[in-house]
Amino acid sequence: MMSEWLDVGAVADVPLRGARAVPIAGGEEIAVFRTGAGRVYALVNRCPHKAGPLSQGIVHGDSVACPLHNWVISLASGEALGQDKGCTPTIPVEVRSGRILICRDAALKLAA
Amino acid sequence: MTHHIQREHLVVIGNGMAGCRAVEEILARDPNRYRVTIFGAEPRVNYNRIMLSPLLAGEKSFDEIVINDAAWYADNGIELVSGDAVTAIDRAARTVTARSGKVVGYDRLLIATGSDPFIIPVPGASLPGVVSFRDLDDVDAMLRAAEGGGDAVVIGGGLLGLEAAHGLSLRGMKVTVLHIMPTLMERQLDEAAGWLLKTALEERGQAVLIGADTAEIMGDGKVEGVRLKDGREIPASLVVMAVGIRPNVALAREAGVAVNRGIVVDDNMVTSDPAILAVGECAEHRGMVYGLVAPIWEMCRALADALTTLPSGYAGSVTSTKLKVAGLDVFSAGDFSGGEACEDIVLRDASRGVYKRVVVKENRVVGAVLYGDTADGGWYFDLLKRGEDVAPIRDALIFGQAFASGGGQADPKAAVAALSDDAEICGCNGVSKGQVVSCIAKGARSLDAVRASCKASASCGSCTGLVENLLALTLGDDVQSGPKTMCSCTSFGHDDVRREIVAQDMRSIPEVMQKLHWGTPDGCSSCRPALNYYLLCALPGEYADDQQSRFVNERMHANIQKDGTYSVVPRMWGGITTPQELRAIADVVEKYDAPMVKVTGGQRLDIFGIRKEDLPAVWADLNAAGMVSGHAYGKALRTVKTCVGSEWCRFGTQDSTGLGVKLERGFWGSWMPHKFKMAVSGCPRNCAEATIKDFGVVCVDSGYELHVGGNGGIHVRVTDLLVKVATEAEAIHYAAAFVQLYREEARYLERTAPWIERVGLQHVKDRIVADEADRDELAARFWFSQQFMQDDPWAERAAGRQRDYLHRPLAEVRPLKQLEGAEA
Ligand code: SRM
Ligand SMILES: Cc1cc2nc3c(=O)[nH]c(=O)nc-3n(C[C@H](O)[C@H](O)[C@H](O)COP(=O)(O)OP(=O)(O)OC[C@H]3O[C@@H](n4cnc5c(N)ncnc54)[C@H](O)[C@@H]3O)c2cc1C
Ligand code: SF4
Ligand code: FES
Repeated sequence: MMSEWLDVGAVADVPLRGARAVPIAGGEEIAVFRTGAGRVYALVNRCPHKAGPLSQGIVHGDSVACPLHNWVISLASGEALGQDKGCTPTIPVEVRSGRILICRDAALKLAA
Repeated sequence: MTHHIQREHLVVIGNGMAGCRAVEEILARDPNRYRVTIFGAEPRVNYNRIMLSPLLAGEKSFDEIVINDAAWYADNGIELVSGDAVTAIDRAARTVTARSGKVVGYDRLLIATGSDPFIIPVPGASLPGVVSFRDLDDVDAMLRAAEGGGDAVVIGGGLLGLEAAHGLSLRGMKVTVLHIMPTLMERQLDEAAGWLLKTALEERGQAVLIGADTAEIMGDGKVEGVRLKDGREIPASLVVMAVGIRPNVALAREAGVAVNRGIVVDDNMVTSDPAILAVGECAEHRGMVYGLVAPIWEMCRALADALTTLPSGYAGSVTSTKLKVAGLDVFSAGDFSGGEACEDIVLRDASRGVYKRVVVKENRVVGAVLYGDTADGGWYFDLLKRGEDVAPIRDALIFGQAFASGGGQADPKAAVAALSDDAEICGCNGVSKGQVVSCIAKGARSLDAVRASCKASASCGSCTGLVENLLALTLGDDVQSGPKTMCSCTSFGHDDVRREIVAQDMRSIPEVMQKLHWGTPDGCSSCRPALNYYLLCALPGEYADDQQSRFVNERMHANIQKDGTYSVVPRMWGGITTPQELRAIADVVEKYDAPMVKVTGGQRLDIFGIRKEDLPAVWADLNAAGMVSGHAYGKALRTVKTCVGSEWCRFGTQDSTGLGVKLERGFWGSWMPHKFKMAVSGCPRNCAEATIKDFGVVCVDSGYELHVGGNGGIHVRVTDLLVKVATEAEAIHYAAAFVQLYREEARYLERTAPWIERVGLQHVKDRIVADEADRDELAARFWFSQQFMQDDPWAERAAGRQRDYLHRPLAEVRPLKQLEGAEA
């Protein structure tokens, strides 16, 4: 049996208030975020507005400002905040012993 | 003791806090149920491990921290085998074997072996003089080392490390704390509280190096110092490693008991072997391993219930932390890292050095971080554990129990109304409620007007809320809203923030947020880039740029495109290029498959569609041909457009291309409030469009006309003539003064055109044209700051020296093709 979680790297490899991308071969990218408070989130790396790469935005609190047109997306729910409407899929993510694990199924679905 | 024979034999491995507490709990319920033997690796009775910190600091003696003295073991008929570690468990025979060879049989076995300190595996880690901080022997070793004074290095800026550092300082050592993360105690504190803590420790004379990654412990036969991965070396005769702990599970694992991170136990603390239990830091319950005593006490209660009366079941714990360093009040509890549906309530009081943050989710307190005033820590922790609905006291929650629980006073407006006229509102400026009210009565109808007339809330701003409540109370709906604040994180406007940064000599973003009472823990995408710029401008050469507070383009040194690729614009000084440069650009376009290369409106070449991963290689190739970043992405000098000028043009009056190149070479790299464009035209025909630039030069026979404040963008604005000068040198000197005035006075994201409209051309002329001394000083400040700015960001990245991980994915997932016939 294959494990349910994929180890994508160490928490320390993602800058505080920053993000790194995890491309899925043949599919979309996942953006792995680390907030100033040290919490780790993963979203599909695509803004609900016009597909901006969210991993390149400014992370503040538990949200990210999209680099293209500054929509603010909740890292927890993937929902656009404020006046804007739209939602980016979230990817289940866990931190164990300093490693970031993302949900295997959710990741592989993006490759389809 | 009459039932000796029938009693079950309980053997405890570990004479520490959990093991002994478990025995105490069992004895309290049924003193006759078990015959007890306790093995302890340490050659002494059980003491209060958490008091090792005060012991080190000289605030307590060993006798004062003993929990169970020899009489306790004797009185309760407990056999203590101390100084003899258990080395094996034989589950089939139900025996344990100790190092001395002693073999003891058990009916029930309790493993309470605690944790081992983690020693980072660097060269020199086993040198004499390297100690951990876990037991009495460690403290003795530190005290011996401290006798001679000298330098100590503590690796690890968590709770243990900071307590060790504090103790060693009090013992007369010069202490440096090395912490690999950017924030001290990052697991318990947020960035704001971590910053306050760091500042306080530094004020007490400790050196705190964050982001410090140890490469090696140096020394010949004994410790002599620590070398960091960045090459820095810190001398030390003592090195304390306090980087973390690991559950001590070796015995259990070798005996075949189920072990994960810790020894896996159920709600009754029973392991995978029904005869064996585990408790304390070595145990893992529902996936959690704890490193504090409060949860251990709860575990011990559940364990004793199950072993004597009725199983009650341990359900896991929420924990809180306090730092035991005299005079530094730090408290944290629960989950304060935010998250879905979480709301932060932040109170900052710079004059008292207080930072409080309470995290509320669905009307329940889920976390709290307190710095400087921890009196309400217990209250918040209690609200948190009980999951109490805090909606009725929401507005007053952050002010603490006394205020929030005061019945009718839970409404802050009512609380302000109830204050006496003498009550001090603004601590900084000593303004009473009566004075604020009378200044409102005399016509101050906005926060700003109050600030201007009686100074209340004009300094640190911590009383802004009180003043606003007084305005609302006195005027009702007639309150006028003040000038725009920077963003919703703060009640201050850009100008106030800039003034205070300079006046109070603030040096970092967390410091500004603390001193100016930011209402959010780490700002937002509007204020962070602005603060980063303001600090950069105020502290040239000193402030460490915060890359995470920069927009993507400035972080990546390229312009992001709608498809997530980047465009790359190398600098072409004054719009002049060479065959080599053109060839290098052509090569890059081909080598990296750039879909388009275009001549820009700024007289340069723009290469489009470069992948993030390829940027460093592209830059390396362009660097090799002598080109640097064009900052086409930056709030910085963009292009200096030139025309042909006197060298070729039949109308040219001066060397406009030459001056353009000089300007660009002098001014590139400087960070500004917004982008900044220049142009030099060789005659009034103005082919370089100098009169719609931020700084434009129009050459005439008798010299150079200097124009400022032009903009060709959304609202076209023609420049104002600043002055006419006779020489190139003067033109450059005025340009420097003008740019510096703009850098120091304009608000972030305000170009020169709106800035000049706001402050008036006369103001600019007063400072730059009329006042020669002012002009010279501005220019001098500009050139001073330029010496730190002109590093090609591309070269640094291309060489892989800086943050090159930005360009690499964290990992790549390659799903395996399902092979036919093969099992997945
Ligand atoms: C490439 C270029 C167009 C071209 O192909 O010619 C260009 C492209 C962009 N311009 Fe521009 N501007 C370019 C010359 C201009 C000019 C002409 C000039 O500089 O002589 C202007 C009017 C002059 C002026 O700025 O006053 C101009 C006024 C703007 C504005 C409006 C500024 C304003 O104050 O109103 C913006 C928007 C902004 O900056 O907020 C803008 C923003 C942009 C951005 C950066 C939009 C963005 O944020 O992504 C475009 C980046 C494209 C890219 O990825 O490279 N661009 N832009 C020109 C680059 C010049 C260079 O070599 O660096
Ligand atoms: C300096 C310091 C300060 C602290 N401050 C705080 C604080 O302020 N608040 C807080 O809540 N917590 C604090 N802690 C943590 C707290 O002390 C521990 O959580 C607690 O002691 C854990 O109890 P335990 O019984 O699981 O482990 P321990 O107390 O470590 O006991 C385990 C014992 O088992 C012995 N042992 C290990 N293996 C064997 C073996 N094979 N045979 C025999 N004996 C063995 C060890 O020698 C040790 O004596 C602090 C810890 C330290 C070191
Ligand atoms: S019009 Fe332009 S090109 Fe012609 S002389 Fe003047 S500056 Fe030179
Ligand atoms: S694509 Fe994200 S805001 Fe437009």
